Amino acid sequence: MLRAIGASSIEDLFASIPAEVRKSPDLPAPLSEIEIRRFMRGLSRKTANARETDFFLGGGLYHHSVSAIADQMLYRAEWLTSYTPYQPEVSQGTLQSIFEFQTHICLLTGFDVANASLYEGASALVEALLMAERLSRKRKKAVLSAGIHPEYRETVRSYFANLDLEVVEAPLGADGATDAAALEAAVDEKTFAVAVQSPNFFGVVEDWNSGSRAAREKHALSVAVVAEAVSLCLLSPPAVGLADIACGEAQSLGVPMHHGGPLLGFLACKTEHQRQIPGRLVGETRDKDGRRAFCLTLSTREQHIRREKATSNICTNQGLMALAANIHMSLLGKHGLREVALQCHAKAEYLKGRIARLPGYRLPFTGPTFNEFTVEAPVAAAPLLSRLAARGILAGVPLSRYESRDTNRFLVAATEMNTKEEMDRLVAALVHERGDLEVPPDPPEAR
Amino acid sequence: MSIEVEEKTPAPARAGERDRLHPEPRREPLVFERSGRGKTGYSLPPLDVPETLAIPKALRREAIEGETEISEVEVARHFTRLSRLNFGNDEALYPLGSCTMKHNPRTNEEMARLPGFAASHPLAPEEVSQGALELVWTLEKVLCELTGLARVTLQPAAGAQGELAGILMVRAALEKTGNPRKTVLIPDSAHGTNPASAHFAGYKVQELKSNVRGTLDLHVFEEAMTEDVAALMLTVPNTLGIFEDQILDIARIVHAKGGYLYCDGANFNSFVGIAKPGLMGIDVMHMNLHKTFSTPHGGGGPGAGPVAVTERLAPHLPRPTVERRADGTFTLDFDRPDSIGRLRTFLGNYGMFVRALAYIAAYGNRIGEVARGAVLNANYIRAGLTGVYHLKYDAPTLHEVVFSDKKQAAHGVHNTDIAKRLMDYGFHPPTISFPLIVRGALMIEPTETEGKPGLDAFIQAMREIARECEESPEIVLNAPHTTPVKRVDEVGAARNLILRWRP
Repeated sequence: MLRAIGASSIEDLFASIPAEVRKSPDLPAPLSEIEIRRFMRGLSRKTANARETDFFLGGGLYHHSVSAIADQMLYRAEWLTSYTPYQPEVSQGTLQSIFEFQTHICLLTGFDVANASLYEGASALVEALLMAERLSRKRKKAVLSAGIHPEYRETVRSYFANLDLEVVEAPLGADGATDAAALEAAVDEKTFAVAVQSPNFFGVVEDWNSGSRAAREKHALSVAVVAEAVSLCLLSPPAVGLADIACGEAQSLGVPMHHGGPLLGFLACKTEHQRQIPGRLVGETRDKDGRRAFCLTLSTREQHIRREKATSNICTNQGLMALAANIHMSLLGKHGLREVALQCHAKAEYLKGRIARLPGYRLPFTGPTFNEFTVEAPVAAAPLLSRLAARGILAGVPLSRYESRDTNRFLVAATEMNTKEEMDRLVAALVHERGDLEVPPDPPEAR
Repeated sequence: MSIEVEEKTPAPARAGERDRLHPEPRREPLVFERSGRGKTGYSLPPLDVPETLAIPKALRREAIEGETEISEVEVARHFTRLSRLNFGNDEALYPLGSCTMKHNPRTNEEMARLPGFAASHPLAPEEVSQGALELVWTLEKVLCELTGLARVTLQPAAGAQGELAGILMVRAALEKTGNPRKTVLIPDSAHGTNPASAHFAGYKVQELKSNVRGTLDLHVFEEAMTEDVAALMLTVPNTLGIFEDQILDIARIVHAKGGYLYCDGANFNSFVGIAKPGLMGIDVMHMNLHKTFSTPHGGGGPGAGPVAVTERLAPHLPRPTVERRADGTFTLDFDRPDSIGRLRTFLGNYGMFVRALAYIAAYGNRIGEVARGAVLNANYIRAGLTGVYHLKYDAPTLHEVVFSDKKQAAHGVHNTDIAKRLMDYGFHPPTISFPLIVRGALMIEPTETEGKPGLDAFIQAMREIARECEESPEIVLNAPHTTPVKRVDEVGAARNLILRWRP
């Protein structure tokens, strides 16, 4: 090969790299497959996981069932080792799957346009807000409900900091839902978007209409945020609640938790806004012989053509995760998606009811919840949760992680994966942590 | 397709021939069209708690109209048949320039699925997450060693988000000194994400014209590099595969004006383990784990775009960072007042960290072999096609080579046609029409994955196509002939938008 190239050594090919910047890395010797497995298993064993614990963590990332076929399909080389379908003639599989994914998201949100996916929920919210800003022409303010996931809100601030855009937060009311009057008061003529999350970060189900009403009055756009996408299978869709854009995290629909990534952001909107949608879109078309085919479309919005004038700097979607979600949603379908959502809700209601009756513990919010709720403990939550974790119960997310004054509060989530026995063990453990109290008997209807 | 066309198609890896023996699925209905009332592909355990529905009716929906009813075997068939309409890197050479389609070791897939990585939660208490944190810390240290830079954030979800993170850190550092400055300089050969990212960081973009060698014109650059300039975003080696051999001068000029040198590390795979960006005067650099470190491309993601920075930029890293305490335990540090904040939830695309670390561990101190193989292969293709295809810039190249369709255009055949014709020969096309500074570009990147026989077959196919362009251009103009669908009407798709199935 070197002879064909006309070089005397491989090193010759690197002649353009100055000698003073060359240096070999100080790394260990190569590992074999056996050694890599040993090393990685060692690290894996040092991390508690949902398969081997009583697991109630949520906070925007949920432990749901993923059917074996969904993951096994991802191993197929045609899915795993292909890239962005720039060449539609050899990428119809990926393109059609994305088209199906877009359709699933439309069916769940009630909109007619959804993109091919985005990185994850927080950046999806940023993209939704920037889209609303472009549509507003020159408005500078976004109003966010304080019920939006704190990491989403922090992400918005990081992105907005240098774009001359303002973020205002509207507080929650006593029931744990966004205070509708405060939300309306925060919106003015400079506001391009009003964003509300449901179920919100504290678990409370919001009325999409409250965000839409506040937005409409001042001709701003209403953005519906969803961090637990299974809720879309039971709760009123954002489009029905007159939102203009829906966005968030669809990890719950077929993607494992992956310690927080890769996840699956989504974004859907009304048809009238489709030309400002960020990220990839797949459309149906025809081939030369007139047969149905699919391809990437409206790419003139994108950075590789528009460069600094693009709707977004995004270059990838979450291809493999969108495929997993397509398989998962197709398999569960019309009835399964709803049944999973109903089970999540029923289990969470059972657990919520039992914890509410525990002396010392209280539920600070009265609003309806889907599969997650906030608990106020009689003691500091973070150490309490650490003690429970040591006993194999991952009981919840301490709110002190995000807000230091919420010392005693934590989030508890239940899904179709939790059994009654697990939930009863959690209740008993919470009683044990309280120390001086007995486990109350089950109420008659729960027996 | 006429018989005559088939006869002229040469032997290697012909999809047409394969079809006669093993008919491939040529069309597959939408999953929604396979749906039929009463079919089911899932089962759930009976509810073991009382049935409850404690959400007001006004906030609920009824059925999800239009969703599927389908059996598991139909789901299996549907997605298997769909997959066979795709071309993957495991099938044959996938020389998509700039995308680095290298082999994806399957051990790494298995490792990412270990329960401590796939079924763990980043909001669990740190005491029970030590393995997960140790992995992040270890990967950061390894990437620091490879880049010669001080700290790394793994948070960005992809290269483009890494670019944004990097430029935001530059901005934060400049703001600290009182003036964030106004402009970011970007050569005209750069990826489109560079100007888009700089724009989203609040900067004006000034494009720099490349010189006749395809590299940065030092005079043009020096003139543009004023004290209004926050950073130069430089792709190293650039998108032509050419290493900026004046990198040390470039860094000196940037630093003399108080600016920062940003390196787009999309092409790090061409010199990883051979040279260190930190020694070149680079202040901040993103990498793509899905390029250099072989995490699978998955039909367009997930990616991962870690960013390495100097000690000076480290206070501005996204929050949180992973730190090792004196007692050897690991912890998340949120208390970083000068941080740019966060660009996404949690720690990043964690599953990609596992795969990348496994990949690096398999090479260890011999990781320079990756770059050597990639550069050797690219130069072998370059030698094999020089003279057959036009090479606008003839400076030495590393891991990729950019030809153009100039010779073939004389016969009315363009890069798109050549790309489509390659499909008939059983190869994925190269990247076309990028970089923008080469009209009719054919950007070829073979990666280290490919052996000599694969490269020879590709060279032969490209030569064959060049001959067809002269002798029977209509074959190329009408290509592809053997793919599941013929040439797709992309203009029609944009004109008459159909973005979803309707019941």
